[in-house]
Amino acid sequence: MKDLPKPKDFYSRLMHRPGSTDWMDTPVDIRKGMYCYAANPKSLNILSAPFARDWNPVEEDWKLPENWQQILHEGFKERLERFRSFKVFMDICVRCGACADKCHFFIGTGDPKNMPVLRAELLRSVYRNDFTTFGKILGRVGGARPMTLNVLKEWWYYMFQCSECRRCSVFCPYGIDTAEITIMGRELLNLLGLNIDWIATPVSNCYMTGNHLGIQPHAYKDMLDFFVDDIEEVTGVRVEPSFNRKGADILFITPSGDVFADPGTYTCMGYMMLFHYLREKYGFDITWSTYASEGGNFGFFTSHETMKRLNAKMYAEAKRLGVKWILGGECGHMWRVINQYMDTMNGPADFLEEPVSPITGTKFENAKSTKMVHIAEFTADLIRHGKLELDKSRNNHLKVTYHDSCNPARGMGLLEEPRYVIRNVCNHFYEMPENTIREQTFCCGSGAGLNAGENMELRMAGGLPRANAVKHVHEQHGVNMLACICAIDRAVFPPLMEYWVPEVGVTGLHEMVANALVMPGENKRETDLRGEPLEGMEGDTDE
Amino acid sequence: MNVKYMYSFLAVIVLFLIAYVGTEAVGLQWLFGVLIPYVALAVFLVGFIRRVMGWARSAVPFRIPTTCGQQRTLPWIRPNRIDNPSTTGGVIARMFLEIVAFRSLFRNTRMKAKADGRITYQWEIFLWVGALAFHYAFAVVLARHLRFFLEPVPAPIKLLETVDAFFQFGLPVVYLSGVVLLIAVAYLALRRIFIPMVRYISLANDFFPLFLIFGIAFTGILMRYFSKVDILSIKALTMGLVSFSFPDTEVLKAIDGLFYGHLFFVSVLLAYFPFSKLMHMGGIFLSPTRNLPNDTRMHRHVNPWNYPVDVHTYAEYEDDFREKMVEAGLPVDKPLEPAEAEKE
Ligand code: HEM
Ligand code: SF4
Ligand code: SF4
Repeated sequence: MKDLPKPKDFYSRLMHRPGSTDWMDTPVDIRKGMYCYAANPKSLNILSAPFARDWNPVEEDWKLPENWQQILHEGFKERLERFRSFKVFMDICVRCGACADKCHFFIGTGDPKNMPVLRAELLRSVYRNDFTTFGKILGRVGGARPMTLNVLKEWWYYMFQCSECRRCSVFCPYGIDTAEITIMGRELLNLLGLNIDWIATPVSNCYMTGNHLGIQPHAYKDMLDFFVDDIEEVTGVRVEPSFNRKGADILFITPSGDVFADPGTYTCMGYMMLFHYLREKYGFDITWSTYASEGGNFGFFTSHETMKRLNAKMYAEAKRLGVKWILGGECGHMWRVINQYMDTMNGPADFLEEPVSPITGTKFENAKSTKMVHIAEFTADLIRHGKLELDKSRNNHLKVTYHDSCNPARGMGLLEEPRYVIRNVCNHFYEMPENTIREQTFCCGSGAGLNAGENMELRMAGGLPRANAVKHVHEQHGVNMLACICAIDRAVFPPLMEYWVPEVGVTGLHEMVANALVMPGENKRETDLRGEPLEGMEGDTDE
Repeated sequence: MNVKYMYSFLAVIVLFLIAYVGTEAVGLQWLFGVLIPYVALAVFLVGFIRRVMGWARSAVPFRIPTTCGQQRTLPWIRPNRIDNPSTTGGVIARMFLEIVAFRSLFRNTRMKAKADGRITYQWEIFLWVGALAFHYAFAVVLARHLRFFLEPVPAPIKLLETVDAFFQFGLPVVYLSGVVLLIAVAYLALRRIFIPMVRYISLANDFFPLFLIFGIAFTGILMRYFSKVDILSIKALTMGLVSFSFPDTEVLKAIDGLFYGHLFFVSVLLAYFPFSKLMHMGGIFLSPTRNLPNDTRMHRHVNPWNYPVDVHTYAEYEDDFREKMVEAGLPVDKPLEPAEAEKE
């Protein structure tokens, strides 16, 4: 963090001014702090991805295959036929600019090529040249340009400065989704082996061991066992998660990030406590899996095919274990994949049952085909039916605001469920300004596989609009906790807050649920899951 | 100086001169009055249909609506049926509002930063107003022109004219639509020229249609209010175009070159349309982020080209880790072979 520019340097970039040379004449400058390292060839080989090699983005020679232009051209053509979205979006943009200042990366970096419209034009200019009559005739005047090494580098640099958050698409009068264009751009780059390592290695880990972090089955169990001890320390209750258990009613899948790093770990403990509570009170029967131990899907940031390869584990494991349906944890892009892709790619899930909450009897009609329910939906339903004994005051030390993760907001519409849960588990909840939440939410700045360490400057710039809104509620209401339902958020917000609003911590939804949840047979709670004293418990005294 | 808008501007001037000189000096009334309009119309129709069919031919593998409101979920949570539709009715309502009211553009905000780094996002309505004014004015002008191609003039067109001439001032009656069109196009063009970021993203082919349409509206207004062209001869020509019975050359020659400039502009616009961004008119109907319901967890969407992929199966996974799993007390499908068990 120490090499980062100062806040005022970031602020000075907010006064957006375009460059003095036309964007087509401005060569790309791959700058340290803004890009991620190249994919490790070992990881690509595990996936049998093409052209695995050692290469370095800042070196002149990218060691491309001889016929790279042809590969891209054919890949482009194939995708135009396979995706109407891509073809229509290539054709109909009027360059009205409505999307421009909607992108957090443009806002934070001031780099004109981070305007969604220009990001798309990077591809569109080549599309015009290769696939349209007018582009062929008019050339540069018609906005067309041939594919050159410099253009390729530009694609790579800017396709990995888009977090596929879809905020631009909310404002575009035709719904042009630059995220979709980035997805295509990244697919094309992957045809030449030009992935970043922060995506490629988690993907290969996930492929082989079931999760991005490469946690092997015994270690996965060990980690949850640690949490069992931690929970016992705070509550006096010993929870008993079960793993890979055939015949369980429900399979639970959540991102592995929550098993691995704070503060996600507390959310993970939250799930374990909730499940234990439900088992004790209502005989709830759920199992974790070490094989499908990843909810997230960095394959989505690679190609549709890779996404499908990783996602296949969810249904495969549900089938093998013979569960009735699947419950999914708090994660962002995981839920876009489940909501908009999973059933189509890897369904039909005819071996599962239409999901019904065994406790409230609620039928999750909205998930009757995919058969996977979001834990915020599940918990909101429990609370609504009065099935959870909650002591809200145990979150009184928190003044909470809520960040809508991009994917659940704009690729699903999960807006009210988490808010309902928050209002029921804590007393102090403040919304950020209207234009920065719900469908207009700002990205954390590190989504779509950009949460590496080497691109920290990019992340601080991209996260600036979000942090700015948090800062606003911090100053106005004394907010000290940023709640979210995404594992990437939980991993990337701590450094972002540290840089921009150091007084604010980060929590998952179910950490707060667990803090408030009155477990059968528990000791009197003196601290929250993090070991922080509860309100009125400071200084270790009796009430 | 920005070459992009200069190119487009010059192109429009040259186009006008071609038609003006071509008719007034060279006498090519047949070319500009009959042949080119037919060709342009044919290019428009064929081009438009081919473009739309081209889009339609591409698959829709996934349902990827951009959800802009609460999903349909638990019965006690109110869904946003339009911005996050889960039914066909909702999609129709959403599309209808996009097309007639530019709903997404209506959301537009403008980001502003203060020196201390505070950022605000204010509602920005001007682009929406300008765009809406432009399109509606264009549509009304277009509809009014039907009077040149239909005899007798249908009642709805007459009604439209009456409404359009609501603000009667002077003779001949001033149609509001023409004036609004001119102002709106001018606004859109000036915005493109003067807002730095918008200028930066603009291409020559963003200026060209604006200048062209400005040219159309401008020549139209000149003819109507200032130069007083020979309307009867013009109607004879336009009726001839629809009925394929053309007036003789004398009638064509009686029409001012200004009219041929106007008509040539329209012809160019028609022929240009299918190859340009103006196809947004067709494309908006086919935009997958807007015209699909967010219902894929309820109803399975089928991808026509879904193909099997390599996966790492559970069996392979267990083979990789069986010993460690058994040791950790995790259940396995295939017990350890005695040999393997002994190895430890
Ligand atoms: C279903 C029909 C149509 C819809 C929904 C539609 C919608 C829109 C929207 C929302 C914009 C963006 C706002 C703007 O930049 O002004 C736009 C721009 C534009 N439209 Fe349309 N449009 C339609 C048909 C047409 C037609 C028939 C034309 C014919 C000439 C046209 C010409 C233009 C032009 C030139 C622009 C660009 C304005 C600029 O450069 O700033 N549109 N349209
Ligand atoms: S808002 Fe849509 S049409 Fe306008 S510039 Fe952006 S992508 Fe193009
Ligand atoms: S998807 Fe998000 S990050 Fe990508 S261009 Fe659009 S607003 Fe920017």
